[in-house]
Amino acid sequence: MSFALDVLTILAVLTGAFFFLAGTVGLLRFPDSLSRLHALTKADNLGLGFVILGLLFQAEGLFAALKLVGIWLFALLAGATVAQLIARTARMSGSTM
Amino acid sequence: MADFLLVAAGFVLASVALGLVRILRGPNDADRIMAAQLLGTGGIAALLLLAQAISMPGAVDVALILALLAAFVSVAFVKGVDHSEVDGA
Amino acid sequence: MAFDIGLATLVLGVAAWTIAARDTFAAVIGFVAFGLLLALVWVRLAAPDVALAEAALGSGLTGGLLLRASSRLAPTKGPAVIEKPSAIMRLAASVLCTLMSAALAAIVLLLPEPAPTLAPQAAANLAATGLGNPVTAVLMAYRAIDTLLEVVVLLLALAGMWSLAPDHLWGGLPGRRDPVDRDDVLTFDAQLLVPIGILVGIHIFWVGSVAPGGEFQGATILAAMWILAMMTGLVDAPAVSWRWLRLALVVGPAVFLAIGLAGFALAGAFLAYPESHAKLVILTIEVPVTLSIAATLALLVVGPAERAPQL
Repeated sequence: MSFALDVLTILAVLTGAFFFLAGTVGLLRFPDSLSRLHALTKADNLGLGFVILGLLFQAEGLFAALKLVGIWLFALLAGATVAQLIARTARMSGSTM
Repeated sequence: MADFLLVAAGFVLASVALGLVRILRGPNDADRIMAAQLLGTGGIAALLLLAQAISMPGAVDVALILALLAAFVSVAFVKGVDHSEVDGA
Repeated sequence: MAFDIGLATLVLGVAAWTIAARDTFAAVIGFVAFGLLLALVWVRLAAPDVALAEAALGSGLTGGLLLRASSRLAPTKGPAVIEKPSAIMRLAASVLCTLMSAALAAIVLLLPEPAPTLAPQAAANLAATGLGNPVTAVLMAYRAIDTLLEVVVLLLALAGMWSLAPDHLWGGLPGRRDPVDRDDVLTFDAQLLVPIGILVGIHIFWVGSVAPGGEFQGATILAAMWILAMMTGLVDAPAVSWRWLRLALVVGPAVFLAIGLAGFALAGAFLAYPESHAKLVILTIEVPVTLSIAATLALLVVGPAERAPQL
C-alpha cells in the first residue's frame, strides 16, 4: 500500500517538475511580457498543483492534507488575480513607451 | 523517498533560478514584478518538497506565508508603478 | 549537498544583481527576491521561526517600505545619478564590506566544535514555561526583557517617523487616498486576500506556542493585510491624532510593562512569571502585543501625515 503511494508520489512530483521546466522554458523563450506572464502563471501553478498532489499521498493525517490543499487553492487564487494586475501594468507601460 | 524529494526540490529551485535570470533582466517593470510571483510559486513548491524530505512540518507554514507575502508584494509593486506613472507622466 | 550549494549560489547571485542594478525599482525587487530565497536558506538551516520572520518582515514588509521610498525618489532620479560617490568612497566602502564579511566568516568557521550553546538548558526547562516551542520560550520567558525593549523601540521609531510630517499637517492622515473603483481587479484582489491573510496571521500567532510561529510573525502578516487594505483604498488610513489609534499602539507595551512590574509582587523579580500560571500570563502579554506591533508596523510603512486632518 505504501509502495503504491510512493509510486504515485513520484509520478505526480515528476509531472510537476516537468511543468515547472516548461514554465521556465516559456519564460526564456517567449518574446514579450504578456506571453511570459502566461508561461509563468499557468505552467508554474499547474506544476505546483501536481507537486502538492504528490505530497498529498505522503501526508500524515487529514489536517496536514487539508492544509496542503488550502495552500494550493490560495496560491492559485492569489496568482490568478495578481496576474491580471501585472498584465494591466505591462499593457500600461507598453503603451506609454 | 526523502532523497527523491530533495532532488525534486533542487530541480524546482534550478527552474526558478533560470527564470529569475531572465526575468530580472527583463526590459520593463512588469517583467520584474513577475519575479515575486515566480519565487512565490516555485518557492512554495521547493519548500513543501523540502518540508517532507527533512520532516519539518513548520516549513509548511513558511510556504503559506510565502504565498501571502508574494501576493502582497506584487500588489505593492503594481501600485508603486501606477503611482510613479501618475507622478512622472 | 548539491541542493545547498545551488541555493547558496542562487542567493549570492541575486544579492550581486541587487547591488549592481541601476534602477531603484529593480533593486527593490531584487531585495525582495533575495529575502524570499533567504527564507528557504533558514528552513534548510532548521530554523523555521527565523524563516517565517524573514519571509514576512525582512522580505515582505521591508520590501513594501523600500518600494514606497523608491517611488518617492523617482522624480529625483536625474540629479541622483549626477551625484554618484567618488571612486575613493566606493573603494573604501568595498574594502569595509570585504573586511566585515571576512570577519564574520572567520567567526563562524573558527567556532569550537561543538559550538557553545544554551540550547540544552533551554529545552530542559521548557516544561516550566508551559510552552512547546523553545524559540517562543526564549522570546517570552527567558529573555522577555529583550522583547519588551524591542516593542518599545518600534514605538519610538514610529514616533520618530511621525515627527517627519510638516508642522501644518501634524495629526493628519498618512498617504494619499486613491479613488476606489468597485469593479477593479485590484479591489477584488484585496477583498479576497485581506480576510484570508488575517486568518493566516492569527493562525501563525496562535500556533507559535507549540510550533514555529509567534507574535512577531503573526503581527507582521496582520500589518501587511492592513497595509494592503489601505493601499488599495478599501480602508482609509487613520489620522495620527486619533485617540483609539494611539491607544491601540500603546496597549501592548503597557500591558507588557505592567505584568513585568507585577512580577516583583507575584514571583520576586521584574518580568518573572508565577510558575503555575506561566502560560496564561504569557498569553495575556502576547495578545495586546501582537495588536500593537501589527498597528505599529503598518503605520511605519504607510508613512507620516501628508493630508490635513479632517475636522
